[in-house]
Amino acid sequence: MEYVISFILAIISYMVIDNVILARYFGICSFIGVGNKIKSSIGMGLAVFFVTMMAALVCWPLYNFILVPAGMEYMETIVFILVIASLVQMVGFFIKKKSMSLYKTLGIYLPLITTNCAVLGVAESNMAFDFGRSMANALGTSLGFVLVIFIFACIRVKLEGSNLPKAFKGVPIALIVAGLMAIVFMGLGGMINLGTWGLI
Amino acid sequence: MDQKPSKLKVFLDPLCKANPLFVMILGTCPALAVTTSLESAIGMGLLFTFVVFCSNLIISLLRKVIPEEVRTPCYIVVIATFVTVVKLLSSTFLPELYSSLGVFVSLLVVNCIVLGRAEAFASQNTVVDSMLDGLGNGLGYTWAIAAIALVREVLGTGTLTFGKVFTFIPKFTLPILSGYSGSDFSMAIPLFKSSAGGFLVLGIALAIIAAVNNEKERKAKEKARAEKAAAAAAAKGGNN
Repeated sequence: MEYVISFILAIISYMVIDNVILARYFGICSFIGVGNKIKSSIGMGLAVFFVTMMAALVCWPLYNFILVPAGMEYMETIVFILVIASLVQMVGFFIKKKSMSLYKTLGIYLPLITTNCAVLGVAESNMAFDFGRSMANALGTSLGFVLVIFIFACIRVKLEGSNLPKAFKGVPIALIVAGLMAIVFMGLGGMINLGTWGLI
Repeated sequence: MDQKPSKLKVFLDPLCKANPLFVMILGTCPALAVTTSLESAIGMGLLFTFVVFCSNLIISLLRKVIPEEVRTPCYIVVIATFVTVVKLLSSTFLPELYSSLGVFVSLLVVNCIVLGRAEAFASQNTVVDSMLDGLGNGLGYTWAIAAIALVREVLGTGTLTFGKVFTFIPKFTLPILSGYSGSDFSMAIPLFKSSAGGFLVLGIALAIIAAVNNEKERKAKEKARAEKAAAAAAAKGGNN
């Protein structure tokens, strides 16, 4: 029971307190790039969610059961990026075969995900964790990505019609908004102390 | 019109006119993550310069060999190789820098600038041009993140500390917004050390650059209009 509670708390902690975009700075490029339409932000968020989960599922056993016994820990970055690139390719083929409409919404974001820091960042930081914790990290991080990119898109839609100084139009105001969102999320800091649950 | 740009232009353009961070707005993740201290930003910039220079060199050498359809995975493997080299070198010779940058050394693999230069420049240009382009982009990115880090460290801690990451220089601290060591006086704003401060500083920097560009554009337009009016007046005078 305690393990389940700590698992859930870890997910919440990674999702809102230690948020992937606002506190850990992963995936800002795609966040700024696609975050101005609600529909495309959900598409991007879901694609990242899926690939992050798959990559974490594949990379953790690959590192712990193949690279570590073989003494090749230094190959991690090359192996992980190849796993992610081929996963993205496979997900693309699979979705194309199963559902053409989903492919049309998600498809254009798939190549972008290979270069999304969040996916590789999660795989790299998972190496220090056990399997349960690494799954909590992947799930919480990707849920946090979906949450923040969705809120951000909603704000940017409103911003488009507002009367801004000319110099702030576009990316500068988006970064200011992200900064204000980060301040809001900072307020949640310390809500969950993972140390008391034996998670750190 | 379609003449090849000169070697100097290839090198100088990414330093200011086509700066990868301030103008192209690429590579924002490390630009926010490692800019809490000036030293680690410079270290990150130098590692980045090495990676983009070497990967541009190798990719431009291989540009006729790599097949069009699988080019992205090929580029990524080349880049990941050099990132591994950088990782091993920095963890051995500069362990303080390596631990202060953390996972962001590995994340150089997915830096949009490195892959973007490989796609847009190194795959179509000669070896010397690609090397110059890599060097220019690396140094342009280095000064851009160093500028952000300077603002954030001074505002966030009130001081500038040297010698903490590059341990081969003696450690010293410059008090700028705070009193000398021992006094409690400090005008630092800790918000600028946190993630929110990073977003705000980068946003304001981009807005300033946009304002300067807008002003330049307006002046150029005004000048063109004045010239047109003068030409029209001259033509009218000629008719009379």
